[in-house]
Amino acid sequence: MSTTVAQKSIPSLTAGKLPRGTTPGVLVASVVVTGAVTALFGGFNLAGTVVGGIVVFLVAMYAASWAVEGRRKASDRLATHLVFGAFALALIPLASVTWEAVSNGVARFDVQFFTYSMRNVVGAGGGAAHALVGTLWVTGLATLISVPIGLMTAVYLSEYGRGTLARSITFFVDVMTGIPSIVAGLFAFAVMSILVGPGTVSGLSGAIALSVLMIPVVVRSTEELLRIVPNELREASYALGVPKWRTILRVVMPTALSGIVAGVILAIARVIGETAPLMIAAGFTQSMNANPLSNAMMTMPVFVYDSYAHPGVDVLPYTERSWAGALALIAIVMILNLVGRFIAARFAPRTGR
Amino acid sequence: MSKRIVVNNLNVYYGKFKAVEDVDMVIEPRSVTAFIGPSGCGKSTFLRTLNRMHEVIPGARVEGDVLVDGENLYGPGVDPVEVRRLIGMVFQRPNPFPTMSIKENVLAGVTLNAKHLSSSRKDEIVEKSLSGANLWEEVKNRLELPGSGLSGGQQQRLCIARAIAMSPEVLLMDEPCSALDPISTLAIEDLIQELKETYTIVIVTHNMQQAARVSDSTAFFNIAGTGAPGKLIEMGPTEKIFSTPDNQQTEEYITGRFG
Amino acid sequence: MSTDTLPESPADVAPQPPSSLIPAKKRIGDSVFKTLSTGAGTTILVILALVAAFLLVQAIPALTTPQDQQLANGYGYFPTWIVPFAFGTVWAAAWALLLAVPVALGIALFISHYAPRRLAQGLGYLIDLLAAVPSVVFGLWGIIVLAPAMMPVYTWLNAYLGWIPLFGGQVSGTGRTLLTAAVVLAVMILPIITSLTREVFLQTPKLHEEAALALGATRWEMVKMSVLPFGRAGIVSACMLGLGRALGETMAVAMVLSGSDVITIEILTSTNTNTIAATIAQNFPEAFALKQNQLIAGGLVLFVITLAVNMIARWIVARRAQYSGAN
Repeated sequence: MSTTVAQKSIPSLTAGKLPRGTTPGVLVASVVVTGAVTALFGGFNLAGTVVGGIVVFLVAMYAASWAVEGRRKASDRLATHLVFGAFALALIPLASVTWEAVSNGVARFDVQFFTYSMRNVVGAGGGAAHALVGTLWVTGLATLISVPIGLMTAVYLSEYGRGTLARSITFFVDVMTGIPSIVAGLFAFAVMSILVGPGTVSGLSGAIALSVLMIPVVVRSTEELLRIVPNELREASYALGVPKWRTILRVVMPTALSGIVAGVILAIARVIGETAPLMIAAGFTQSMNANPLSNAMMTMPVFVYDSYAHPGVDVLPYTERSWAGALALIAIVMILNLVGRFIAARFAPRTGR
Repeated sequence: MSKRIVVNNLNVYYGKFKAVEDVDMVIEPRSVTAFIGPSGCGKSTFLRTLNRMHEVIPGARVEGDVLVDGENLYGPGVDPVEVRRLIGMVFQRPNPFPTMSIKENVLAGVTLNAKHLSSSRKDEIVEKSLSGANLWEEVKNRLELPGSGLSGGQQQRLCIARAIAMSPEVLLMDEPCSALDPISTLAIEDLIQELKETYTIVIVTHNMQQAARVSDSTAFFNIAGTGAPGKLIEMGPTEKIFSTPDNQQTEEYITGRFG
Repeated sequence: MSTDTLPESPADVAPQPPSSLIPAKKRIGDSVFKTLSTGAGTTILVILALVAAFLLVQAIPALTTPQDQQLANGYGYFPTWIVPFAFGTVWAAAWALLLAVPVALGIALFISHYAPRRLAQGLGYLIDLLAAVPSVVFGLWGIIVLAPAMMPVYTWLNAYLGWIPLFGGQVSGTGRTLLTAAVVLAVMILPIITSLTREVFLQTPKLHEEAALALGATRWEMVKMSVLPFGRAGIVSACMLGLGRALGETMAVAMVLSGSDVITIEILTSTNTNTIAATIAQNFPEAFALKQNQLIAGGLVLFVITLAVNMIARWIVARRAQYSGAN
C-alpha cells in the first residue's frame, strides 16, 4: 500500500491504524467473554451468547478504534460492521427455513407422497398427489390467461401506446400490482358467485384469482424488455419494407424472447406459492379432482396450510405431510427461479455492444 | 435498376417545428450524391423523407413532392412499406438482427416479408448480395454464425448486403462510416464506387473528404441558427462545389471556416 | 391516431393511379395486430373495473343491512366490527416495517457499496431467494420454529422493559404473539425493500461519491453525504411498497397469530388484534350469506388501505423523477 511510501517521505499522512487481525480477534474474544460471564452467573444460552457477544464486539471495536484511529474512523468501522451484520442477519431466516423444510420434510418426501391423495386417509400415509394435480391445473390455467393478455398489453404499451389510454393502462397496472392476494381471491369468488351461483369454488376460479396477481407482473417485465430492444433494429426492419406488425413479431419479440420467457417463469414462480386466494377461490378437498371447471380443487400451498391447521388426533403425520409439502413447494419455486434466471442469462441475444 | 429522384418544394416538420425548408433537388440515377453540412442542418432528416423513414419518428410530417421516375412517394394511396422496399437504407451504426445468422440477416427482407423462395434461389441471393457488398469471401464459411459476431466494418457491409438483397432502386446511406475505423471506412467507400454502377446512391456524411472522394454531386445544407429550419444552400457537381462554389456559405464551410 | 408511428396508407381517399408503388391490398395484419394489443390493454382496465364492481356488489349487503340484523346474522355491526382488524392490520405492518427497514438498508448498502464487486450480484440473488419462499412456508416456519425460539427474548423484554406498555402484560406461553408475526412479515418484505433500495443506491452518480471521497471522507461519510441523500425518495417509496406488501399479507399472520377483535398495543401477550386479511382467511371457508358479505367488505377496506399506501409511494417516486433530470 502507499502508506509505506508515505511513512518515509511525508509522515503527516500516516495515521494510527489498528493492526490486521484485530477485527476477528475482538469478535471471537467478545463472544467467548460473554459466554464465560453468562456461564458464571448460570444463565448460559447459545443464541444469547452470540447476540450479546456481537454487541460487546461492536462497543469494544468502536472504543478501540476511537482510541487508536480517531472518532471518524471508529464510526466508519461501526457502520461497516453493522452493514455486514445486516446481511448476515438476513441469511439466518433463509438458512433456517431451508434447513427446517429439508430436515422435517424429508420424512414424508417419498413416492407415496406424490402418488396418493388424502382420500379416506386418517393418520399416517396418504399424499399430496391431488394437490400437485390441482396446482398444475390452476397455475397452468392462470398462465394461459395471463400470458396472452400480459404480453399483448406490453406490446401495446411499448410499440403503440401513447396518450390517455396508454397512460391509464400503465397507471392501473401499477394499481393491480398492489392488490393484496386475498382480495384477488375474493374477486374470483365474487365473480363465480354472481356468474355461476353462490359459494362456487373451482380450479378455474383459483386460476382467475392468480391471473389478477400474475398479469401485472408479466406486463411489467415484458414491457421493460421490449423497451430495451434497440430502436435501430426496428428501423432496419422498416427500411427493408417490413410492415410494423411483422417487425414486432419477427424482429422485436424474438430479440427479447429469452427475457420474456424468463419473466413469465418468474411470474409463475411468484404465484405458484400463493395460498390465501386459492383457499377462498379453489377451496379444500381431500380427493383428486382433475376437472378445473367444477368442485373444489386442492393445491400445494393450501395442502400445506390444511395439513398443519386441521390435524387429526395423531398430529405428527399431519405435520410431517405439511413439511413435505412445504419442501416440495420450495423446491418447485427454487427450480422455476433457477430455470428463469438461466434462460435469461444463457439465451440473451448479443447485440454486439 | 436505378431511378431519377426529383424533389419539389419539400418541407419537413417535427410537430410545429419546421426542420427542413423548401428543398428542390434532382438526384441522377447511377450516381453518388452526397449531403454535407453542419450538425443539425436537417440533412439526415431530409434523407429519411426520401423513403418515408421519417414517419417512424413521432410527429414528423412532410409537405411537398418526392418523385421517383415520375411517381410521387407522397401521392394518395402510396404505401410507405412499399416505398421502403423500393428504396433501401443503411444506418449510421451497423444494426444486424442479433437473433439471426449472417445468412438470415441477408435474407431478412425476403423472409420478413413472407416471400417463399426455393433454397437454391435463397443461396443465390445470399451469395450475390454478399458478393455485391464485398463480404462474400470473408464470411462464406460461416454463414450460419450470428451476424453480431462480425467486426463493425463487416457488420456494416452485412447491412448493405441486407439492403441490396431486396434489389432496391435507390440506396440511402445515413453516415454509414461514422462508427467505423479508417480501414473499414475505406472498404465501404470502395464498395460505394462499385454499387453506383447499379444503384442510385445518396449518402449523408460528416466527412468532407469522404464526400469529395466518393460522390459525383454534392448538396450543401445549412441552418441560419438554432431553431431555424435547415435549407439546401447549393447543389452541383462535386468538383465544382469543392473548388468554385457559387455561394459564400458553401465556400466558408468547405474551407473549414465553420461547422 | 396522428401519433401512430406508421400511419396506414389512406388507400380509400383517392382513386389509385396505376403504379408499382401502390399495393392493391390493405395491410390486414397491421390492423389485426394493433387491435389485438389495444384490446389486451383495454382488457386490463376492464378486469380492474370488474374487480371493483364485483367486490362492491358482494360487499353492499354488509353496508346496507340494518344494524340489528347484522348483529343477529353477521359477525357484528360492520363499521364497528372492522375497526379493530383495520387497527391490527396497520399495527402489525408497522412493526414489520420498523424491523425490516434498518436491516434492508444495511443489506442494500452491503450489496451496492460494501461487498466485493464480484460477489455482489450473487449475494443479491441470495436475498432474492427469500422472496421465493411461499408465504405458507413462512407461516409454518413462524409458528413451529420462530415462535418457540423467540420465547427467551420475550421473557427478557417483559422482565426488564415490562414497564413500557408495549412490552407489558402476561407474556404468551407459546410465542404466538404480534411481535412474532411482525418478524415473519419483516422477513417477507425484506427482499422487496432491499432490491428497490439497492437499485437506487447503485444509481448514485459516481461523481457525487468521488467528490465526497476526494474531500477525505471515510466510506461511511461518503455514504452519508452522497448515497443516502440521493436515495432518500427511493428509500421512502421502497418502504411504502414494503408496507403495502405487509398490509396485504395473509397466511403468515393467519397461521402465527391467534388473533382476536380486542384492540391492544401489547405485542408480547397471547391476546392480539387480528388483521383484516387473516380474519378473512380464517373465517371465509365457514362463512355464508351476510357473514360472507361482511368479509368481502372487509377485503374492500383492505384494498383501499393498500391502494392508498401504494399511491403515496408512486407519488413520491414521480415527484423524485421530476428532480432527477439533472443527473
